[in-house]
Amino acid sequence: MDLLSDPIMLSRLQFAVTIMFHIVFPTATIGLGFYLVVVEALWLLRREELYYRMSRFWGKVFAINFGVGVVSGVVMEFEFGTNWARFSTLGANVFAPLLYFEVLTAFFLEAGFLGIMLFGWGRVHRGVHFLATCLVAGGSVLSALWIVAANSWMQTPAGFRLVDGEFVSAGFCAAIFNPSTLIRFGHMLTAAFETTAFAVAGTSALFLLKGRSTPFFRRSMAVALASAALFAPLQVYLGDVSGREVYVHQPAKLAAMEGHWTTNNGGGAPFVFAAIPDTEGERNRFEVSLPDVLSLLVTHTLSGRVLGLKEFPRHDRPNVPVLFASFRLMVAIGFLFLAIMVWALLLWARDRIFEQRAFLWTLVVIQPLGWLAVELGWVTAEVGRQPWLVYGIMRTSEGVSPIRAGNVVWSLTLFVVIFMAIGGSYLYYVLRAFGMGPDMASPIPPLQRPAGRKIVDALADHET
Amino acid sequence: MILYVVLDGITLGVALLFGAFADERDRSILVSTIGPVWDANQTWLLFGGGAIFAAFPVVYAVLSSALYLPLITFIMGLIFRGVAFEFRDEGPRKRLWDRAFFLGSLVAVLSQGLTLGGLLTGIAISGREFAGGPFDWLNPFSVMVGIALVPGYVMLASAYLVLKTTGTIQLRAYTFVRGSTQLVLAFMVLVTAWTPYHYPAVLEHWLNPPRIYFVWTFPLLGLLAAYRLTKGVRKRRENAPLAWAIVLFLSGYLGLAASLYPYAIPPHLKIWDAAARPESLRFTLWGALFVLPLVLAYTSYSYWVFRGKTDETEKYGG
Repeated sequence: MDLLSDPIMLSRLQFAVTIMFHIVFPTATIGLGFYLVVVEALWLLRREELYYRMSRFWGKVFAINFGVGVVSGVVMEFEFGTNWARFSTLGANVFAPLLYFEVLTAFFLEAGFLGIMLFGWGRVHRGVHFLATCLVAGGSVLSALWIVAANSWMQTPAGFRLVDGEFVSAGFCAAIFNPSTLIRFGHMLTAAFETTAFAVAGTSALFLLKGRSTPFFRRSMAVALASAALFAPLQVYLGDVSGREVYVHQPAKLAAMEGHWTTNNGGGAPFVFAAIPDTEGERNRFEVSLPDVLSLLVTHTLSGRVLGLKEFPRHDRPNVPVLFASFRLMVAIGFLFLAIMVWALLLWARDRIFEQRAFLWTLVVIQPLGWLAVELGWVTAEVGRQPWLVYGIMRTSEGVSPIRAGNVVWSLTLFVVIFMAIGGSYLYYVLRAFGMGPDMASPIPPLQRPAGRKIVDALADHET
Repeated sequence: MILYVVLDGITLGVALLFGAFADERDRSILVSTIGPVWDANQTWLLFGGGAIFAAFPVVYAVLSSALYLPLITFIMGLIFRGVAFEFRDEGPRKRLWDRAFFLGSLVAVLSQGLTLGGLLTGIAISGREFAGGPFDWLNPFSVMVGIALVPGYVMLASAYLVLKTTGTIQLRAYTFVRGSTQLVLAFMVLVTAWTPYHYPAVLEHWLNPPRIYFVWTFPLLGLLAAYRLTKGVRKRRENAPLAWAIVLFLSGYLGLAASLYPYAIPPHLKIWDAAARPESLRFTLWGALFVLPLVLAYTSYSYWVFRGKTDETEKYGG
């Protein structure tokens, strides 16, 4: 069908564009929020000025990022109604409260304390400021829990009954903590921490290579690499757990991710290393594979049975080439990051971590890969859910709004233009903030001062 | 029904708080009056959307398909406004972003008015879904509502500025408050006279018991508010204009709500046919009862930290 007159494909495309633009920002918000909590805690504990400077510098990047995240997220909430009205009507009883609680418990928390976190340095006590930073960071984590719960409910629906085609709640606990929520939440959270840690390390490495503000960026990089050392191996493990969860609950998705066409009856399923999947011919071209490894990965036995794609009717299969490629690339990036951390550990042991130029350049170059992996992860999750909107129950084509395609052409065009403008300006301003470097000179706000007073008065008090 | 009042109050709050931004032009000081609190205000819009989705899913689904074009344009205006607001403080090209800030807000307000006007003129529904065309919302009445919102938000914003600024800006704000209040009153009369033309049932609602006994209180309240507001401006009181401007807005919204009730979407869909299942409503209501007071408490705390006149140095991310 002609794309421009198909509201289903257009709506899917529009949602994909929106979410792929949006996800970058919350990822950075969660990751940088965590980083800022660590840095500010270090400042309060050790009272070293460097940590205060780090809070302010990375806090500035956080602020630019946060604003774009909020505004790009607003679109998504309304798109459920504008583009997926039938799903919104039938699914709302279970699905809508999750979004509602996300705003109520998480967004308000972030927004309420963001003002203090960004502008309040001179207005509140240090302890209160730290609390505000923690609450903003905590709010971003909580919002990830709700939104991953909502998405996971679409992946592995639970806690509902169907009444005349309408989803009716049968226990919100079961719906929120459906089989895939917790593991996917962990996977996403770790992705945010790890990606941001590598982004901070990469940026710091560039400054170190240029020899600018060396003490500042050494410390920034040290904190970032320390957290990456924790999260890189954790993510590989969580990825494995996540894969087994998909194997249990979404076998067609797993088969497509792995390019696994025929069920292995007797003998293990091979792990396809690289191939070009051929959807028409139901096979892989140029396949390079390791025998039995797929069974080993998902069933933890050498001959575990893994359902192949041929078990599912063609109209129930997701897009194999897209899934196969995006999943493989994401995994490759995960292992690459792990390898880099091993290298970092070796350098650290020899005390060469800030000097070894090849290592610093590697950090600079691989920096974008974390973001790419986050995008690929969501492509895997969402393309893998197709052709279902609510997995196994409601098809995507059944959820779309009763609207003309022209509406979506208008909004999609508007989105693409505006997102490009915003994305471009965002990059420009972040790079500019980096270009200006950290501010090492402005006075540190005095230790204690009652809230609500002007900084000028307080400074005057401080001097007298 | 309590839930409905709560929700209406919140969507109302969204509209009110958003209004405060509509007239902020190119002066840093205006921007810094809202700098520390604008993210929270934006969140009320999200909450309004989320609450309608959770409590009245059919309303949410039907409205957003029917009013697709003005709604999307509204959100795009908001986005543009939001980032323009943020980027202007980051350095060069202030003028460009000022223009974006203004245009984004204008587009947002106009399309918000078109959305509201489109709702008031009625929406074609079959079963539980939208059954009309993409431009059903466009008519002289909705265009009028779109324009009417502009002085409405100017009034709110300038009353807010009276409270938050000093000197010449404050003086000019006083003038704006008075001018826009007169326009708002004029538009309110116009809307009141015009609505029955699109929606004859409203007249019946007004003229029959039980509503005949109280529906008149809303215009009276509006008049009282306008009077007190003008008086406050004349006497140069700082708090009175904002408080009474809010009351004036409330009177308008409550008047509309009281006239439309029990219809959620005129002319077909009644409020109870649009509500979510009771178990879902209970879940969200409990959430609102427990969490919302907490939210209000810490939001007020944040306002309290930044209370008083705005000084120019407080910049976003600065």
